[in-house]
Amino acid sequence: MAEARKQITVKGICKSFQNQEQSLQVLQDVTLDVNENEFLVILGPGQCGKTVLLNILAGLESADSGTVEFANGTPKYGEIGFVFQRYALFPWKTVLQNVEMHHKFQRVPKKERREQAMHFIRLVGLDGFENAYPAQLSGGMKQRVGIARAYATRSNIILMDEPFGALDAQTRYQMQDEILKIRSAEKTTVIFVTNNIEEAVTLGDRILLMSNKPSSIVREYVPELPRPRQNTDRAFMDLRNVIAQDMDLAL
Amino acid sequence: MKKNKKLKRLVLGFLGIAVFLGIWQLAGTLGWVSTKILASPTDVVATFIDKLTNPKPDGSTLPQHIWASLKLALIGFGAACVIGIPLGLTMGFFKGMDHFFNPLFEIIRPIPPLAWIPVILLILGIGTTAKAFIIFVAAFVPCLLNSYVGIKRTRTTLINVAKTSGATDMQIFFKVGLPSALPMVFTGVKVSLGTSWATLVAAEMLSSSVGLGYMIQRGRTIVRSDIIIVGMLTIGVIGAILVFLLSLLEKKIAPWRNKK
Ligand SMILES: Nc1ncnc2c1ncn2[C@@H]1O[C@H](COP(=O)(O)OP(=O)(O)OP(=O)(O)O)[C@@H](O)[C@H]1O
Ligand SMILES: [Mg+2]
Repeated sequence: MAEARKQITVKGICKSFQNQEQSLQVLQDVTLDVNENEFLVILGPGQCGKTVLLNILAGLESADSGTVEFANGTPKYGEIGFVFQRYALFPWKTVLQNVEMHHKFQRVPKKERREQAMHFIRLVGLDGFENAYPAQLSGGMKQRVGIARAYATRSNIILMDEPFGALDAQTRYQMQDEILKIRSAEKTTVIFVTNNIEEAVTLGDRILLMSNKPSSIVREYVPELPRPRQNTDRAFMDLRNVIAQDMDLAL
Repeated sequence: MKKNKKLKRLVLGFLGIAVFLGIWQLAGTLGWVSTKILASPTDVVATFIDKLTNPKPDGSTLPQHIWASLKLALIGFGAACVIGIPLGLTMGFFKGMDHFFNPLFEIIRPIPPLAWIPVILLILGIGTTAKAFIIFVAAFVPCLLNSYVGIKRTRTTLINVAKTSGATDMQIFFKVGLPSALPMVFTGVKVSLGTSWATLVAAEMLSSSVGLGYMIQRGRTIVRSDIIIVGMLTIGVIGAILVFLLSLLEKKIAPWRNKK
């Protein structure tokens, strides 16, 4: 692979929380690079601080120590797309209103933001549902709205926090295909968090393995697998097993 | 199936009221209680119909009483909403507001509304303002408290979604906090309305010449339990109607909650 341009450089991030007189060290010396336009998967066990790490990248939380540097300057709010864990849709807004929210906050004129939102609603295959409320949608559809909303920011970095974690296996596979399709249509850097090894191997250009709390990045994998990847492939299964062993060791 | 259930529910509801009225009526006719002390349902109905147009013996017709009370309750209740809701919402959302008002509110909150009566009388005299103020004090606390808790319970993730979409604090307050708090605000408003309606009698006992509370009070002085009961039932029925109207409004304002 040609030398990739670094987009984000994360160095020595530490983060702990004070809970009722005891301190909980969550991240300890997390160091990683993110290359432009890569699909980076961060794989880690439950409760290891994956969401905290993404929140720090997005500027929602600040690290106790360490630095996050962006090649194109630190983005302001609204310049990074974020797909949140477990949907996080506004129940009182329709699909369309949820997706166009970003533009509404930026005071983009109605007509323009409608068009933009519809573009991304079509992209995730939800046309016809733009006037539905979240309560009327299935889990997979809700997460499609979350994805459309993140892409509608038109930012070149999109963070995804276990977007398919709450879906059943069937829908999950379907959404994995879908996300790869979307990605080929909209070139962006994706940082994708999951605790599912198979999902990591299916999606990642690169996979970083996180340890248990206090967490840091313990391994890196670059799957040399042609796309679309099949989980019945020999090489796929080998890599999966290697990661599974490493994960056991890391825990 | 669904219609059947509804019908059954309706029939049972009516049956409950009918049995209650039956026992009440029997208590009079069988002489368990003197009808002098407790008027029978038929007497009450007769008095009700009579009072619709007859100002005797307490000086005003029933509609006049209702109007006077409604005006009083709505002034107090309206003021409680107009002040309590914005204050509760801003206290729940903006730290500075919370720190400034919270200690004050915590001290005022445990004072029962009726304990305000003497000081209100001293300051405001015994006019409409005083009465409306007592109702206001009673209705204010649930309004403020529910708005406060409601907006505090806004899901952090939703706030984060708005933040990462580049929303300003004000946008987050109005577009995320406010709609999140709305169901609880409505609960507060409903409780408030009930409270103001209930405090009415106390307020009108202060000194009035008209109003449902006055009518009840007057009924006691001249030993007319039928008038007392007509007053009580009118308060009950109107209270129920007001709460019902509010629920209608709630459905209109929060349509996403019934679109399941
Ligand atoms: N604001 C906070 N205050 C206190 N503790 C927190 C806070 N945020 C996270 N934590 C703690 O940090 C740890 C890591 O949380 P985090 O949500 O990042 O884990 P995660 O890897 O995303 O887990 P999951 O797989 O369940 O999503 C947890 O033990 C959590 O309780
Ligand atoms: Mg998480």
